[in-house]
Amino acid sequence: MTLLMPAPEPEILSRRDELLARLRAMLPAQSVIADETARRAYDCDAFTMYRALPLVVVLPETVAQVRAIMALAQEMNVKIVPRGAGTSLSGGSMPLEDGILLGMSKFNRILEIDYENRCARVQPGVQNLAISRAVEAEGFYYAPDPSSQIACSIGGNVAENAGGVHCLKYGLTTNNILGLEVVLMGGEIVRLGGKHLDGELYDLMGLMTGSEGLLGVVTEVTVRILRKPPVARGLLLGFASVEAGARCVGAIIARGIIPGGLEMMDRATVDAVERFQPCGYPSDAAALVIVELDGTAAEVDSLVGVVEQIAFASGATTTKVSTSEAERLQFWAGRKNAFPAVSCIGPDYLCMDGTIPRGKLPEVLIGMEALAKKHGLRVANVFHAGDGNLHPLILYDASIDGDIARAEALGVDILRLCVAVGGVLTGEHGVGVEKRDLMGEMFNEVDLAQQMRVKCAFDPAGRLNPGKVFPTLRRCAEMGMMHVVAGAMPFPDLPRF
Amino acid sequence: MTRLAPRDEAELAEAIRAANADDRPLTLTGFGSKTRLGRPATGEELSLAALEGVTLYEPEELVLSARAGTPLAKIEALLEAHDQHLAFEPMDYGPLLGLGSGEGSIGGLVAVGGGGPRRVKAGALRDHLLGFRCVTGRGEIVKSGGRVMKNVTGYDLSKLVAGSYGTLAALTEVTFKALPRPETEQTLLLTGLGEEAGAAALRQASGSPYEPSGLALLPELAAPLLLAVNAAAIRLEGPTISVARRLDDLRALLAERGGAFETLAQAESAALWRALRDAAPVAGQPGQAWRVSVAPSDGYALVAALREAEAPLLAHFYDWAGGLVWLCFEPAPEAHAALLRTAVGRLGGHATLIRASAEVRAAVDVFQPQARALAALTRRVKESFDPAHILERGRLRAEF
Repeated sequence: MTLLMPAPEPEILSRRDELLARLRAMLPAQSVIADETARRAYDCDAFTMYRALPLVVVLPETVAQVRAIMALAQEMNVKIVPRGAGTSLSGGSMPLEDGILLGMSKFNRILEIDYENRCARVQPGVQNLAISRAVEAEGFYYAPDPSSQIACSIGGNVAENAGGVHCLKYGLTTNNILGLEVVLMGGEIVRLGGKHLDGELYDLMGLMTGSEGLLGVVTEVTVRILRKPPVARGLLLGFASVEAGARCVGAIIARGIIPGGLEMMDRATVDAVERFQPCGYPSDAAALVIVELDGTAAEVDSLVGVVEQIAFASGATTTKVSTSEAERLQFWAGRKNAFPAVSCIGPDYLCMDGTIPRGKLPEVLIGMEALAKKHGLRVANVFHAGDGNLHPLILYDASIDGDIARAEALGVDILRLCVAVGGVLTGEHGVGVEKRDLMGEMFNEVDLAQQMRVKCAFDPAGRLNPGKVFPTLRRCAEMGMMHVVAGAMPFPDLPRF
Repeated sequence: MTRLAPRDEAELAEAIRAANADDRPLTLTGFGSKTRLGRPATGEELSLAALEGVTLYEPEELVLSARAGTPLAKIEALLEAHDQHLAFEPMDYGPLLGLGSGEGSIGGLVAVGGGGPRRVKAGALRDHLLGFRCVTGRGEIVKSGGRVMKNVTGYDLSKLVAGSYGTLAALTEVTFKALPRPETEQTLLLTGLGEEAGAAALRQASGSPYEPSGLALLPELAAPLLLAVNAAAIRLEGPTISVARRLDDLRALLAERGGAFETLAQAESAALWRALRDAAPVAGQPGQAWRVSVAPSDGYALVAALREAEAPLLAHFYDWAGGLVWLCFEPAPEAHAALLRTAVGRLGGHATLIRASAEVRAAVDVFQPQARALAALTRRVKESFDPAHILERGRLRAEF
């Protein structure tokens, strides 16, 4: 284990019985999970490398109960870790041994669908896909579609600012929500935004989105729903090299076309997908690009022609255009299976999530190959190519001694490479615990101190999801006094946790 | 009054640290085009105009960075030369505030935030700001975000600074998404309906698959059209072939509502939306102007409530399918704030006083009052950047 979490505070552990008694007094019996076997089910999220047994799991059913829990935690000075569906890939909802795990799964109702205002009010535990399902009969959908959309919850999407294959054209979670209800540490409620389109004064809704559960607990979300485009068609393009595929992606965007989806996979991924569940991908291609064009029929037809020409000019070896909805979905089937398919050849994999300026893709791919060789591991690549978001999947075998450490070291090198070319550590999976200790690659101490001060404005005692996002924990009083001069902190040697 | 004019980020940081040391408040300016927005702030003027220049523009990467003092007009011209634009359609407050057109800086634009008519399709400024550098109210140089389209590394402080009126930090450099300009545009005018029916037609168009990028309702005689009847205006943008087709489909969809159709071709359409972006129907009227944001279906209800209460309304119009209502009242010392805020309060949303004398803007809550917990949180966030209230003291609230 290379990951260090804050040591459990003996003082909190010693008051567990009192905490349980008070939780049981305020919550229905089935909402307090205290026995070890049942708590074990919550010992990690989708970042499964690290686990911890939560002090207690609570599953409140009402906002009043959430408030009471948050007020109790503040009063007893106990930590809280919020959790939606537990699909975070970065350990955003990884429990703490001395913390309450606050599960929002019982908040699973769609409260209102308002077609007049093109929005829906939903509880945070509602599945991402359930929103689209609820409005599809009227021709609407909710645009952000992370791969985990059959499982992940909208509250978790807000916490992580989730993306998906359609965010190049339709934006991330932050661009598709209108309002939030948030319970702060201590139990106060704030309503941010609503059904109106813009906020006023500080955009705290925007700040909350992607704050990884460190600022407040979301108890209601107003999402914007979009009318489904009348037509969507897919193009499957094969290329003899990843560079040629990348050139084609760049040329499409340079032409002023923003496709609904623009994805790329390398040969390792395509091979894995075809072995997992064949879906007709060309076996000779070193890179496969999937383009989805949506809009009215006339527009889509004309754009399909333009993209075909661009593909041809970029040296495409295969060009297939979907002629039916079934065929379009078939094009996507392999992409959507990419992660499970790769885990069959892995046998384990570590999914990275850097974003780079798109034009740097060839350079970064060559660099990644060299790094993989250096660490003696293989990498399969899946990209949201349109917005430069890379998901290199580092293949390793946990049963081989030292492989986990090698995989992690390669991951760190890959993310450093992304930052070095002008990119970022994470495009959509979040920092969580996974990339926490790499924040210094992108931000200096002064940048991080300002972010921590924002955290202090919401949670002065530092009890909400501590140990995530920030590489060092500091008390807020210390932050207020501290003055950082030219990047040098007064106490650079403070221990990390 | 003296004026500070740092030449670079380091001098700016020095100036703000010095102001902190002797508790001297500062107001931030670029070219002074937005000094009449918000409450009047107190303090020495600190000009960011010297921090000028586009620092990065990669059209094929859809990204542009510029120092805060760069004239917006210069950036827009550069983008236009590459068939790109800032898709949120930044409003030019000049005509409304009685100043010249096209005078602001990119930093000032971020400070006031917002978005134009295309908000309904493309989002607001906050949705297009990818990252920034700044000097906080503490005098610390801080960066946040980046230059890539997708980034969740750390808190999204870009959202916080957009629309913060310079109360958190002095921006030094901003990075925006630059998107392709649509190949063409046309506007469908549906004239002769009552306001309520016109607003309903806009919402119907908004929920249609024809991707309108502008949905406004102009009451009779409103500038710039000056028609004798109400006009619902629906803008369609995109490839020529697609716009023509969608225009036909939209006309068919709305035909049963009655009224007459008219089409504005590219140039006329562009002129109309530029005028609406800059609030032309109220800009030309003498009086106090408010900008109100409500759920689109509440826009007409708001105006109806004001009429019911016999508010002295001189002009008004609706954008964002009814979700943005511009109002112009006969001048009064309290700018009819209580009347308006009561009506808005019932519906949900907020009202911002945009144009009024400095005395009125000092006496009236320019921004919608917040519930207690939210107001306290807002203040704590302010103080996390600027604990001594050095920047733009009094701009947002009398108390800070």
